Amino acid sequence: MTEGAVQLDEAGLDGLIQALRRKGRRVIGPKWADDAIVNDEISGVADLPAGWGDELEGGRYRLVRRDDGALFGYTLTAQGWKRVLHPPAVTLFSAAKTADGYALTPAAAEPAPMAFLGVRACEIAAIAAQVQVFETDPGHQARRNAALIIAVECGRAGATCFCASMGTGPAVTGGYDIKLVELEGRRFIAQAGSAAGAEILAELNAPAAAAVSQNPAMGRLMAAETARSLSEFAEHPRWDEVAKRCLACGNCTMVCPTCFCTTVEDQTSLTGDTASRVRRWDSCFSVEFSYIHGGAVRTQGRSRYRQWITHKLSSWHTQFGRSGCTGCGRCIVWCPVGIDITEEVRAIDATREGR
Amino acid sequence: MVHSHDLGPVIDQHPFFQGIGQTLHDLLVGCAANVRFEAGDYLAREGQAADTFYLIRTGQVAVEVDVPGKKPIILETMSEGEVLGWSWMSPPYHSTLDARAVTLVRAISFDGKCLRAKMEADPKLGYEVMRRFVPMMAHRLSLARMQLLDLYAPSVGGKKRKAGK
Amino acid sequence: MSGPCSDPMQPRPFRITKVRKELSDTVTMDLEPVDGGAFAYLPGQFNMLYVFGTGEVPISISGDPAEGSRLVHTIRAVGAVSGALCSVKKGGVVGVRGPYGMPWPVEVGHGHDLVFVAGGVGLAPLRPAIYQAMHDRAKFGRVVVLYGARTPDDILFRKEVEQWRSRFDLEVAVTVDRAVGDWNGNVGVVTKLIERAGFDPTSTVSFVCGPEVMMRFAAQSLQKRGVPAEGIYLSMERNMKCGCGLCGHCQWGPHFVCKDGPVFRYDRIASMLTVREL
Repeated sequence: MTEGAVQLDEAGLDGLIQALRRKGRRVIGPKWADDAIVNDEISGVADLPAGWGDELEGGRYRLVRRDDGALFGYTLTAQGWKRVLHPPAVTLFSAAKTADGYALTPAAAEPAPMAFLGVRACEIAAIAAQVQVFETDPGHQARRNAALIIAVECGRAGATCFCASMGTGPAVTGGYDIKLVELEGRRFIAQAGSAAGAEILAELNAPAAAAVSQNPAMGRLMAAETARSLSEFAEHPRWDEVAKRCLACGNCTMVCPTCFCTTVEDQTSLTGDTASRVRRWDSCFSVEFSYIHGGAVRTQGRSRYRQWITHKLSSWHTQFGRSGCTGCGRCIVWCPVGIDITEEVRAIDATREGR
Repeated sequence: MVHSHDLGPVIDQHPFFQGIGQTLHDLLVGCAANVRFEAGDYLAREGQAADTFYLIRTGQVAVEVDVPGKKPIILETMSEGEVLGWSWMSPPYHSTLDARAVTLVRAISFDGKCLRAKMEADPKLGYEVMRRFVPMMAHRLSLARMQLLDLYAPSVGGKKRKAGK
Repeated sequence: MSGPCSDPMQPRPFRITKVRKELSDTVTMDLEPVDGGAFAYLPGQFNMLYVFGTGEVPISISGDPAEGSRLVHTIRAVGAVSGALCSVKKGGVVGVRGPYGMPWPVEVGHGHDLVFVAGGVGLAPLRPAIYQAMHDRAKFGRVVVLYGARTPDDILFRKEVEQWRSRFDLEVAVTVDRAVGDWNGNVGVVTKLIERAGFDPTSTVSFVCGPEVMMRFAAQSLQKRGVPAEGIYLSMERNMKCGCGLCGHCQWGPHFVCKDGPVFRYDRIASMLTVREL
């Protein structure tokens, strides 16, 4: 649905947000909070982080003022849409003791309709990757289906971005209901990507415009072929080297928009009459992650970093037919010691024969 | 007791003796004897002179350690086709363990003392014997080490089977 | 039956109808669905068993798959949840999610000798496959069960193993790692039984289950006898929390042990078995 692009000004964008809200959708989009741009519920254009840009580097995230007043002038929100679609904690069921056993109450409530505003190309890929992982999880599928995707194509890439290497961006080419491209002066070219998107755009009575696309230069490059073959380098000395720097804090797995691992916690009331089971994000960087009664399989930092990066870049292909990395660069930004996934792959790439 | 020349074919068929030269063959056959142990008989006793080794033909032998006031601890059982005894090669040529027939045991015994002297005199022959004993001993050592791992113990090294987590 | 796909996180309540103490730390329990339905599974599959308020553990099914409604689990108390599970009495209710995982491909053994190699409580996950082989006995050549336990007192399903030994259509050999004088059986590791057992290695399918180290050695012994690597299957263990490939915990190289395994063909995983901390 590339035809029928329309132009929206600031008021027109607000009209889009209000139209979504009128349809009963909770609109979640970028907001300034505590010196970061985060996804949160927004009620109109006024909530958007006007004039804020960001500086991204290994272990560094800083908001900076832009002089053009752009509404989507930042690169990425600190965390992606995973927080909404794959929440950090989900109650799976609650249980209560009965006379002859116990009764379970499934916790799954129908998610309320939502609209995600400001979804970047790499994030569309990440959402699709998790939908694939959670193919058999009805809760995840329900949340995804409850969300309308309003994508915003990137006008600039951050220094840690490498979506072009991963083939996920920067152009928004699919997986959206409405795609926006921000032009100077808070003007937008909007295009529908689905019937639902087209319906909403039609309501706005906005003037027609020519579709545009942007193609910012990447800040980083991934050696994609070596990345894909990482599982062949299980004994590479680089793992010892990176383990000296890695704190095994798990930040990378928390901000990664595709990392999906979870654990479960069983909770019991003090009386022991009721219990519940909660699913929480987990990280392969913790020792307990690989625990088999008596001990953990991956006790060393090298093994855990190797597991994370090998799964993300290499095993994911075997499991799901694609890379688990979308090139968003969040793991680089939020690593407290600035470990750079592209640099780690490059170091191994440099040792390959015939290079 | 069977005459030693009848044992030739039995020895020839056994993998342990495959490819031995004529000299060694004749020597082994010359000092071999067919023997039989009733259940409870000992093929070897700890501390006693080790002048013999056996090729077990039928039955089961327990290699064990006697414990005062308790039942003996069985370290290993040996049965058909296995070669029992290497103390005859290793000074001071005393058995280090008991070897008890658990069932009726038929075996061929070899005169290790005689063989020892021939091996001293003829290093080539000595090598031929060693070439057969060393891999067998290495294999038995590796089995013993596996056994030492005590893999089925509760929580050995923290890694156990899935019938219970 | 609630399959893995319908509502993967909701345990189905099962009532414990019988508890048998197998060993000092191991029990076998029969379970029946509280809702009265059936429970179909394949040999080698496992369930996630939930103890009210305590947690969930993966436990292999140890019963006969031909029995439609009775579910049998053999559980060794090694942790908080399995300990709690072992102490649930007859009449109690536990939650069951499953069955999960790839089964023992018993049908691959049709027309061949079938060699089961079990170590310790690893006999439990193999038992459903042994039952199936006995149901379809005519489809196999020789059927051999080789079992290594720690001591004579640790022989799982001892009465039943003795019954198997008395059958003419089954070759059963048991060995223990340690014993004292009144034990008339074998002493030594299970790999020694592999060296001696009567089967045709060139036409053999072997299912191996036990501690990972034992399975490595057993696979090597089988290969040394001439069994091809692609005829050997192992049941792997990793940290399984969801049982259906959603939680990521049991990943081993490119595999989710819970859904790509736990039964793996040896030639497909042999190189991974020697990578430390994979």
